[in-house]
Amino acid sequence: MSGYTDKIREISQRLLKDCSVEMIIGFRKGTQPMMNEPFVVRSAEDVDQLIWDSNCGINLTNYLTNRTEKIGIIAKGCDSRNIVTHILENKIKRDQLVIIGVPCRGMIDRRRIAMLAEGEVLAVTETDDAIVVKTGTGENEYKKSDVLQQNCKVCVHRNPVIHDELVAEPVEEQQDIDRYADVRDIEARKPEEKWAFFDELLAPCIRCYACKNACPLCYCPTCFVDEAKPQWLGKSQDPMDIRTFHFLRAYHCAGRCTDCGACERACPVGINMRLLTKKLEKDCLDQYGWEAGMSLDSRPALDIYRPDDPEAFIK
Amino acid sequence: MKVIKIDKKDWAKGIKALHKAYGLIGPVKEKEYFTFQVLSGGTIPDLEFRNTRLSPKAVVFPQSEDMFEYSLDDSREDHHLLKEVEKDYSPRVVFGIRPCDAKALELVKMNFDTDEYKDPYWLNLYEATTFVGMACDSPCSTCFCTTAGTGPYHEEGLDVLMADNGDSYLAKLLTDKGEKLATSAGWADSAGKSDVLAAKKTAAEAKIVSTVSTEALSGKDALELYNADFWEDVSFACINCGTCTYVCPTCWCFDIQDEVHGKSGKRMRTWDSCMFPIFTVHTTGHNPRATKLQRVRQRFMHKLKYFVDKYDKGIMCVGCGRCVRQCPVNIDIRRVCETMNSFGSDNTCAVQSS
Ligand code: SF4
Ligand code: SF4
Ligand code: SF4
Ligand code: SF4
Repeated sequence: MSGYTDKIREISQRLLKDCSVEMIIGFRKGTQPMMNEPFVVRSAEDVDQLIWDSNCGINLTNYLTNRTEKIGIIAKGCDSRNIVTHILENKIKRDQLVIIGVPCRGMIDRRRIAMLAEGEVLAVTETDDAIVVKTGTGENEYKKSDVLQQNCKVCVHRNPVIHDELVAEPVEEQQDIDRYADVRDIEARKPEEKWAFFDELLAPCIRCYACKNACPLCYCPTCFVDEAKPQWLGKSQDPMDIRTFHFLRAYHCAGRCTDCGACERACPVGINMRLLTKKLEKDCLDQYGWEAGMSLDSRPALDIYRPDDPEAFIK
Repeated sequence: MKVIKIDKKDWAKGIKALHKAYGLIGPVKEKEYFTFQVLSGGTIPDLEFRNTRLSPKAVVFPQSEDMFEYSLDDSREDHHLLKEVEKDYSPRVVFGIRPCDAKALELVKMNFDTDEYKDPYWLNLYEATTFVGMACDSPCSTCFCTTAGTGPYHEEGLDVLMADNGDSYLAKLLTDKGEKLATSAGWADSAGKSDVLAAKKTAAEAKIVSTVSTEALSGKDALELYNADFWEDVSFACINCGTCTYVCPTCWCFDIQDEVHGKSGKRMRTWDSCMFPIFTVHTTGHNPRATKLQRVRQRFMHKLKYFVDKYDKGIMCVGCGRCVRQCPVNIDIRRVCETMNSFGSDNTCAVQSS
């Protein structure tokens, strides 16, 4: 991915200088290994802070909601699909945006690396396909493909689906990917096993809501979890309320989720709540041949009716 | 102050003895993380951790806690009456609390124990608990305790400070509660006159590589800081989750909620966070902090300015680094503190030079 950063700065500088945009939304280097901070640049002098590497997993579309400025935004494959969704859902206008597309080679899983490493991770550097992790006791090298985020491992849309600029030639899309092995594994279980599985999955949740807040789809002015009149959801650590939150949120993302992985990445306790949205993503694909955010010209699966829509689920 | 030596071979035996007189709480490894948990009979606290993902504040300030219960069934004589929920305030001991987290308890106490108000729930749990600290010989790269009013061998808030010393633990008994605990456990070997602890303390402090500067905060004009331009940039990335405040040992805000199921209800309190959009929203619908910028500013102004001005006890942060490590978008309190501390003209200098 070498060269991406330079190209991003070059494009951003040009766009800011010729006043095509008022701001660029991208990433700056974080203070922690494997963390970058979403960042806004408003003047050409500051573009040198923009960077790109394998730690840009946050979905920047989240920062576009209801903005009114002219904006340049850096977008990898999944971000671009969420931008499309945002435009379709009237959260931003196409002509407000200059989309700086990044052909993506996947983001690395910071939790997995922390688990693999012996001792505290002090620094992480990368080359095109290797990740070098420095700890107090030494250095270890991993193949990047072995430490990718789970969603990046099964991603088939690495290239931005919509863009005005492109920072590099498109990358080859991953072929022969089994995207839903984990969902099928759960589907095959007995109801009580599923119950136990989800129980355990959600048990550590502290209800910080980082997952929903990192999600570009979760933009309701008042989320149902915060509604007080009427109150849909209790606020304690009652497991029933925690499950209700997760299941309802997942349904709100049906036909819209792009499996960008921002939710899972954000969770401070490492819950893979993506399993819930992935099931709905799979159903949308199986039943309606629908993948979210692929084009500005088609309406989302849950937004239209077609006479030949499957109805097997109506019992 | 008495320093005793606990042979690691006698550790488990002592813990077993304590199970009789105390409820035991300590760090336990669950999957890849350590958390503070009630140790059921026979479990030995695992002291091989760097730090826990969540602070141990829940030991005295549970994330959700029932306060009252009531019945809405008119046929009952006690309907619509709030009744206190029964509580267990028998003696408990927490092992392995880090010195920064113990200092945090002292800061939080200033809120829950004042001349005017005494919070019975917090105080009863606090008083029932003996706090046994574990000094940090290998701090994390994100620990900035030594410039946040505490340190790897800091004693404030602890009843006992333990340190690992090879085959044994050294334990400094700091309070009567601490002495009593050692007696119940049967740990009595004096460590003799030794300066091992002092040397270990110096060595540990030297390993803290991260710092914050806070000396100019109290001299700043609160309104100027409040109205500063930098909040726009500081808050840009924030997604307003509750992570930073929930993992923080010093955050003390809570909400009170009634929950009714059928005809029986309870009143409880739960942690709250100034990062949440409905924090302090008024019943009129007015929201005093309706935007992200206002919420982020509240968190940092509370910790680094309002608290500093109100109590004159330093910042409301003990430098544990949890929010730094766990914020999903890498908002770093050290960066923000630096921005605030070096902001604009320094009023103290102006006063001093006049
Ligand atoms: S981010 Fe994790 S802990 Fe927070 S609400 Fe979501 S699942 Fe729960
Ligand atoms: S500062 Fe970070 S952890 Fe805190 S609310 Fe914002 S995004 Fe969440
Ligand atoms: S503000 Fe952050 S570093 Fe400071 S005590 Fe709280 S969690 Fe720890
Ligand atoms: S106002 Fe915010 S920063 Fe202050 S204690 Fe409450 S939650 Fe923590």
